[in-house]
Formats: sequence, structure tokens, C-alpha cells
Amino acid sequence: MPKFVLLATDLALYFQMLVLVLYVRHALRTPLLRQSWRYVQRDGAAMSAALVLVVFLLIALLDSVHFRPRLPPAPDAAPAAEIAYSTRTLSVLDVLLTGPREAREKTYSTPLATHQFSKESIQREGVTVRDFPRLQYGGRHLEQPQEQWGGDVLRRSVNGLGSGLLVVVLGAALLVLSQSQRSGQAFMLAALDLLQGRSALPWRAIGVTLTVLLLLAAWVAALWPYYHVMGTDQTGNDVLFVCLKSVRTAVVIGSLATIATIPLALLFGILAGYFKGWVDDGIQYAYTVLSSIPSVLLISAFVLMIQVFIDKNPQWFETGLERADIRLFLLATILGLTGWAQLARLLRAETLKLGELDYVQAARAFGVSHAGIMRRHLLPNVTHIIVIVAVLDFSGLVLYEAVLSYVGVGVDPNTQSFGTMINSARNEMSRDPVIWWTLSTAFAFMVALVLSMTLFASAVREAFDPRARAYRVRPAGASTLPS
Amino acid sequence: MLNYIIRRVLYGLLILIGVNLLTFILFFAVNTPDDMARINIGGKRVSADAIAKWKTQRGYDKPLLFNEQARGVEKLSKTLFVERSLPLFALQFGASDTGRDIGYELRQRALPSLALALPTFLLGVFVVVVVSLIMVFFRNTYVEFWSVAFAVFLLSVSGLFYIIAGQFLFSTVLKLVPASGFAGGLDMVVFLLLPVAIGIVSRMGGEALFYRTMFLEEIGKDYVRTARSKGLSESVVLFRHVLGNALLPILTSTVAVLPLLFMGALIMESFFGIPGLGSFTIDAINGQDFAVVRAMVFLGSALYILGLVLTDISYTLADPRVRLA
Repeated sequence: MPKFVLLATDLALYFQMLVLVLYVRHALRTPLLRQSWRYVQRDGAAMSAALVLVVFLLIALLDSVHFRPRLPPAPDAAPAAEIAYSTRTLSVLDVLLTGPREAREKTYSTPLATHQFSKESIQREGVTVRDFPRLQYGGRHLEQPQEQWGGDVLRRSVNGLGSGLLVVVLGAALLVLSQSQRSGQAFMLAALDLLQGRSALPWRAIGVTLTVLLLLAAWVAALWPYYHVMGTDQTGNDVLFVCLKSVRTAVVIGSLATIATIPLALLFGILAGYFKGWVDDGIQYAYTVLSSIPSVLLISAFVLMIQVFIDKNPQWFETGLERADIRLFLLATILGLTGWAQLARLLRAETLKLGELDYVQAARAFGVSHAGIMRRHLLPNVTHIIVIVAVLDFSGLVLYEAVLSYVGVGVDPNTQSFGTMINSARNEMSRDPVIWWTLSTAFAFMVALVLSMTLFASAVREAFDPRARAYRVRPAGASTLPS
Repeated sequence: MLNYIIRRVLYGLLILIGVNLLTFILFFAVNTPDDMARINIGGKRVSADAIAKWKTQRGYDKPLLFNEQARGVEKLSKTLFVERSLPLFALQFGASDTGRDIGYELRQRALPSLALALPTFLLGVFVVVVVSLIMVFFRNTYVEFWSVAFAVFLLSVSGLFYIIAGQFLFSTVLKLVPASGFAGGLDMVVFLLLPVAIGIVSRMGGEALFYRTMFLEEIGKDYVRTARSKGLSESVVLFRHVLGNALLPILTSTVAVLPLLFMGALIMESFFGIPGLGSFTIDAINGQDFAVVRAMVFLGSALYILGLVLTDISYTLADPRVRLA
């Protein structure tokens, strides 16, 4: 048995999954919530985005189950000796991608390359020459890379894409079949309906997204065991692998920081809106003070602080990963603690409005306690604001992490993150010939994550805030705006 | 009116005191002068003597909030808090931990910062207003659909990408402008062209969408219907009536940002090597120069509060319906 390691951020992610599951259960049981979420379901862009988000979340979760593998017993050890565990902590994702993780080159290589990016002195037939050395892993199965490379890449790509396409066609056929069974239509008619976007769920949009994702995955799966699909970085790590590892950091920052704002914002927002008077004054004063400090500076102050703390107490952390992880955890918490002012302001305004309504007045007249009114009558009616702000903030935080890493107060330098990748890309882009693949891969991943979250968030906002629906884009032919 | 302004300014001062107390606690109580000395001296030469000497030199050798050895009022005044925080209110920033005069640096660096931030801001507002008006003009067409989609895409790209890609494209490949640097006088235009353009583009996505909703909200109002029913063309309605009325809230909302322009653009300045306040701040964070960071926090919050007060005043000036409470 390996020894399982529970990192702080793992725990936080599991906890969030639990909250998510509880919320889904609650939403399924509440008719009003179910209706709002059904609105999101009907939005093609939102559902496609949700699909991409689920993929990212799965990657992050796979990367959040950590353990230290057991070491084989030393040859001369006594049979009852204590079991030794490796000092390296691995995650399930690491194990699944053992191939690319261990295929470390010396330094840069272009995507799908067979040779290193820079020249080196190598021994060839007894003579020292300066040439591009062969990569240790990329394209190592080729005997004559110059002649075979093009054909090999093409053959494997076609194989991969072909099998991906096969899965897509099969999946589509199954979907059409199930639809035609349900509605009693002929197969071709059901297919036509789906193609023209006439279905309760936006199957056409979901299908297109799924097709793209599957084809990409199939292509990568066909080539990755033999090549570095997106090249290698300065220390020879596979760029695609680093990007997949960075997904977890982004998800942790985005979700944990959002979750961390909620308790404070909820407490202070409702208290200020409900009690008014000096309580309101005090809380308003507190959040004005917080929001008037430039956020980058406030966060750097906190981060410099925790860095001093971590450096002073090295005995608390068994491995380097735990140390890096606690920094990530605290960074996300700090982002939450410094960012509650915005949400608290919104909640205060909503509570002020709700407090004047008849049912709250009635509850007060019946002698319901302050705590009771706040918990039973105010809290459930402001949750929609929390949902909207939570999904809206996520993308902003992912982008912010990159900025913080650049300033030097982001994640630990050993933690893989999009911020650290972009940071290193700054020097790579000014080299000649230019090293473009690190930046473009990080770019693609980040845009995919942030864009899907933005699209999902805008659908959620429309579903929960009917006022936002008025600004929806309706392409030609749709009904005009109410004016 | 005067009464109201005085009240707002006093409240602003109260907040500034709060900011000061908070940053003081953050920087001194948790990260004590001993720690700072250890970081600054660095390496293996850290001894109790060296720390004590460093603290005396920099004036950090007093208790934080309460001096038991002094007597009378001096119990409170001979402390780090009073000596380090109160002079900030008189804009006396003192010396940085590396010994440079912060006030002098601020005066030197304010101009380059402003030279970058002001054009970015003014041109940015102009471009965004024009773009969002065009989006509203073509509403319910494919032009709107694709422009909104494009804006959402722009919104999802990290600002750092714009900078890196922009520098690569315009400086490295096309060689149109220098990659980084700064010069005084008219020469600065060459250096500022690219950062200003990138600054505008990186903000455009989000703000165009925001202004679009503002204009759409305005377009649903009665006076717009009246103007249309008079037989005015859509472009006249949009560019004369709607723009005129929507511009007021836009301009008053920008007042809050104006003072903060002095703080400069953190990332932009350090990428383009502009010797402004933004790059000053980043250098201070990287060098763990707490005196500079504290001075910048104070300056930043003071300017933010100034923005708040100015916003309140401009609202009451611009909209007679706003009562002075």
C-alpha cells in the first residue's frame, strides 16, 4: 500500500466537491432553483463551456489524490524492517502520465521534434562535432529520423484522428437512436432535428464541443507516447504535461479563493444590511479601508508575511511539495480574505432591500429572533447573488494568478502554474529563433479555461438575474428588444 | 454643499488612519524589524550586533506601539507607529530601507507614470465608447453577435499575453518600435506608442461589454422612444440623444479612477522599462523594501479616497436629483 498524503489544497478541493454535490441535491429539490438551472441548460454556449469545465475539473481532481509510493525493501534489510516510502509525492495524474512525466530531455525541443533545439558538442565516430543531438525520448523509435519523421507523424495522426472520429460517429449514432426511440420519429428525421438544433437540450452545440475534445484527445493519445507533442521547456520537461499540472493550480486558486470570500462577505453583508445603524457604519468602514489599499500591494504584504512564516518553521513540512502546497493554500485564502468587500457590498444592498419587505416585517412582529430571521428569511434569498459572483470571480482570479506570479508574490516557484509558465516565456520570446511553444500552449489552456468559465458565468447570471436577460445578444431574425 | 464636502473629506481621513494602522500591523507586528534586518543583511553575517546596528541606523530600534522606558506623552510618541506612520500624512516618506529618499524618487517617477497612464485612460475611454456605440447601433444583427463574441474572447485573455505578444510582433518581428526603455521630451512618444495601444486593447473586451449594457439600458427609456417617434433617424437618436445622456454617468464613474492614474501601471511599466511608480513598486516588492511598499500603500489609498470624494462631489454637480445626505 502506498502512503496517502492529504495536502491542504486537496482537502479544500474535496470539501468544495462536497459543497457542490450538496448544492446540486438542494437545487434538484427546489422547484425555483431547478427552473433557473434549466435556463442554463438550454443555453448551447453555456453547456459546451460546462463540458470543457468538467474536463478541467476532472484533471484537477485526478491531480489532487496524492500518495508516496512504497520503496522496494533494501536487499539486506530484515524482513520486519519498517516500510520505506519514497520522498517524492505523486498524484494519480502523475501515475497516469508516467510516460511523459519521466521522459525528460536536457533542454528545449520544438513540438514533435526528434532533435534538440540547440546545438551541442557530440562524439560521432570518434570525432567531436557541434550538431543537434537526438532527443532521448522524442522520436526514439525512428531509425532514420530525417526520412521517416514526416511519414510517421502523419500516419500516427491519421490513426489517432480516425479512431477519434469513429468514436464520435458511434456516439452520435447512439444519441440519435435514443432520441428517435424517445420521440418515436424515424432515425433520419431525428438526426435532422438534432443537426438543426431542434432539441430540448442543446445537443448540437454539446456535440460539436465533444467532437473537438475527443479528436484532440485521440490525436494527443496517438502521438504522446512517441513524441513531445508540445515540445519541452528549458529544463526538458514536457510542456503539455506541465500545462496539465498547471490546471490544478488554476482551479484551486479560482475556486478556493472564491469560497474563502463567502463566509466573511455573507456574515458582514447581512449583518450590515439587517441591523443598519452603527453596525452598518462599522462594517462599511472596514470594507472601505480594505478596498482602498491597492490590491496587489495588500496581497504582496500578506504573501511576504507568510513567506517569512514558512521560512521560520521548516520543521512543519515534511516534503517540498507540502511547503509549496501550503503557500498555494494560503495564497488562495488571502485572495479570499482581501476580496470580500465587493461581495459584502452587494449582499448588504440586497439585505437592505429585503429587510423592508412584508414577510420580514411579519417575522419580526411574530417575535422571530434576529438570528432566526437572518438565517431563515434573509440567507436563502441572497444565495443567488453568491452563485452569480462565485462563477463571475473564478475567471478573474485565474488571470490574476498570472499577474501575481509575475510580481513575485504568486505561487511557490516549484509549483507548476500558468503564471510561472508565462513568466518564463517572457525571455523565451526574445530569443532568436523564437521559442513559441511554451507560451502558446499555456495560452491555449488558459483561454480555454477562462473563456468557458466566462460563458458559463454569463448564462448563470442571466438565469438568476432576469434583468441581465435584456442584454442578451439575439442574432438576426430573433425577436427585437423590448423598448 | 461645503458642509457635505468637509464631512466626506473627514471620513476619508478616518479611513486613511485605518489603512495606516492595518498596514502598520501587517508590516511590523508580524514581520518584525528583526526579521527585516535579517533579510536585508542577508547570508551568514547575521549576528545580534549586526541586527541591532541595522535597526539603529534605519531608526527601527523603538517599541511598536507603546514605549515603557519613556515618560509622559513620550510613552506614546517615541514609538515606531508614531514615527513611521504620522509623517506619511504630511507626505514625508523618509528613506527607503536601501537608503534612498522616497519622496525624491516619487517626484522623479510620477511624470513617466502619468505619461503612460493618462493617454491610455483617455484614449481608452474614447475607443471603448465608440466601439460599444457601434455594437448598440448594429444590435440584433450578426455584427453585434460577432463583436460580442470577440469581446468575450478578449476578456478571457490574460493581460500578460497581450504584452508579450505585442512586444514580439511590433518590436521583434516588425521592428516598428523599441521593445522597452524611456526618454524624456518628445522622444517618449516612440516608447509609449506600444504600451498605450496594448493597455487599451487589454481593457477593451470587458469595458466594451459593460458600456454596451449601459447604452442598451438607456435605449429602453421614454425619451428615446419619443425621439424615434418624432421621426429622427436611428443614428441621430443614438449619437446625439443617447450618447449625451449616457456620457454623464460614464464621466462621473471615471472620476474615481483619475487620481489612481498617478500610481502608474504596475505590469506595463516593468515590462516596458518605464521608470515610473509602478515599476518602483514592483522593484520594492521583489527587493522586500518595506519602507517603499508602505509609502506606496499609503499613497495608493490616499489617491483612492480622493477619487471617492471627487466622485461624490461630481455626482451632486452633474445630477441635480442627487440629494446631499
